[in-house]
Amino acid sequence: MSAMAFNPHAIRAIYKFEMARTFRTPLQSIVSPVISTSLYFIVFGAAIGAHMPAVGGVSYGAFIVPGLIMLSLLTQSIANASFAIYFPKFTGTIYELLSAPVAWWEAVIAYVGAAASKSILLGLIILLTATFFVPLRIEHPVFMLVFLALTATTFSLFGFIIGIWADGFERLQVIPLLVVTPLTFLGGAFYSIDMLPGFWRTVALFNPVVYLISGFRWSFYGAGDVSVGVSLAMTLVFLVGCIAVVGWIFRTGYRLKN
Amino acid sequence: MVAMPPIISVSKLSKTYASGFSALKSIDLDIHRGEIFALLGPNGAGKTTLISIICGLVTPSAGSVTADGHDIGKDYRSARTKIGLVPQELTTDAFETVWATVNFSRGLFGKPRNPELIEQILKDLSLWDKRNAMIRTLSGGMKRRVMIAKALSHEPQILFLDEPSAGVDVELRQDMWQLVRRLRESGVTIILTTHYIEEAEEMADRVGVISKGEIILVEEKTELMRKLGKKQLTLSLQQKMAAVPEALAAYNLALAAEGEELVYTYDTKAERTGITSLLQDLSAAGIRFNDLNTSQSSLEDIFVSLVRNRP
Repeated sequence: MSAMAFNPHAIRAIYKFEMARTFRTPLQSIVSPVISTSLYFIVFGAAIGAHMPAVGGVSYGAFIVPGLIMLSLLTQSIANASFAIYFPKFTGTIYELLSAPVAWWEAVIAYVGAAASKSILLGLIILLTATFFVPLRIEHPVFMLVFLALTATTFSLFGFIIGIWADGFERLQVIPLLVVTPLTFLGGAFYSIDMLPGFWRTVALFNPVVYLISGFRWSFYGAGDVSVGVSLAMTLVFLVGCIAVVGWIFRTGYRLKN
Repeated sequence: MVAMPPIISVSKLSKTYASGFSALKSIDLDIHRGEIFALLGPNGAGKTTLISIICGLVTPSAGSVTADGHDIGKDYRSARTKIGLVPQELTTDAFETVWATVNFSRGLFGKPRNPELIEQILKDLSLWDKRNAMIRTLSGGMKRRVMIAKALSHEPQILFLDEPSAGVDVELRQDMWQLVRRLRESGVTIILTTHYIEEAEEMADRVGVISKGEIILVEEKTELMRKLGKKQLTLSLQQKMAAVPEALAAYNLALAAEGEELVYTYDTKAERTGITSLLQDLSAAGIRFNDLNTSQSSLEDIFVSLVRNRP
């Protein structure tokens, strides 16, 4: 038997295991994020939005949809991926992965792939739900899917890193709650950063989430806070950064091995 | 005939943890193909560290290990495919079913699905009836069986059992020992760690003793017992004795219990034990006794004296 250079069975096993975990708890994994995002559509889109001026020719209710999908995508990707790797560490079942003939990049493909798949699925369900509350148009559907997939993958990787870094449930929560949610709210989910006064507009450009939301919104309405090329480039930079950190983690055995 | 190369070869293996604790100090150890090897040692001796390094859970500080000729670092895929590990702690995916978790393990180790084989493993471990049960609903003993099933799911050539008897009832222990023997018959090499001496005594072909991060002895179990296993005949005397009589000086005798007992130490493997002639000579010397009993030093005695006699 020649030496195994690739272990597709392991990727499949982990991916299936992770997807099964989601569908075992559909209320928590799918229904609850869809409902909480729908509440935003109702409150900000249908109720308050009716009294808000249109932003760049797009009704306020429709304007906030891409940002809200991004908000869900970011929080769910991070939550899914961080929990997926943190929980085996917490219970000790990680021993099996560490003792298996699995390369680090195979484990990352499987865990991050599963978390990203779930987020993409969730994003599409939320998008579908949004059409019940606000009128939507998607000018660049292919780019919309590209941004959806890239963001889901990038933030699943980011969540994976948090899951490895975390040594308790508090640490698992702290980055999503204290960093990602504020950045998303301040990143133009509910407004265009053009609405900000000059100084704060400059500050906002240091927020990476601005680029994600802007690019995603561009794929819907053909306009964003920054150009779509810059959005795409920033998303890719973040993706590559996360891949580099994950690679370093596994090469050094950081927090996984003594 | 050329001797088979060892299935596991550990060479100058050291491990110093970040805390500065030196868990293994340049260990050399060869495990023979197809044997049951018991690694004995007190808690904290380095048993689990050694196993964890071989299985890939801990990174060694220095030294090398090969499994079936494959370096565990450079050629980890080939090495790990050969190895199954049942860790000491009961760590299972609480919300998975037995069936799903064992099939998952097989996939993780790079093997295509084989429901017939998994069915056989579950049947061998009396888990078949529980295949659709969620693991968290199982008893501790059943969980231990699940962990063994997971370790066997990819048909490993080498099986590590780290403290297999910890918290296990008699029935499961016997089932497990039977399974281990069956596996050995099918050619699987088994390495078990334990601090239950009787386990090593009952199961092992060879015994290694580890203490404070060093292997202090590796020996065939029977050889070890023969070398160090002396038998003693203790006679409870009717009358106290001040000294061993001249007439019996030829025997290896000693007085015990303030002269109320006469202890004869002999080697069971010797051609003659000398018991018959001793009893005849005792009666000729007019020495009478109430009772007699014999005892054999167990691995435990040997082990305790080995570990105690270390500087």
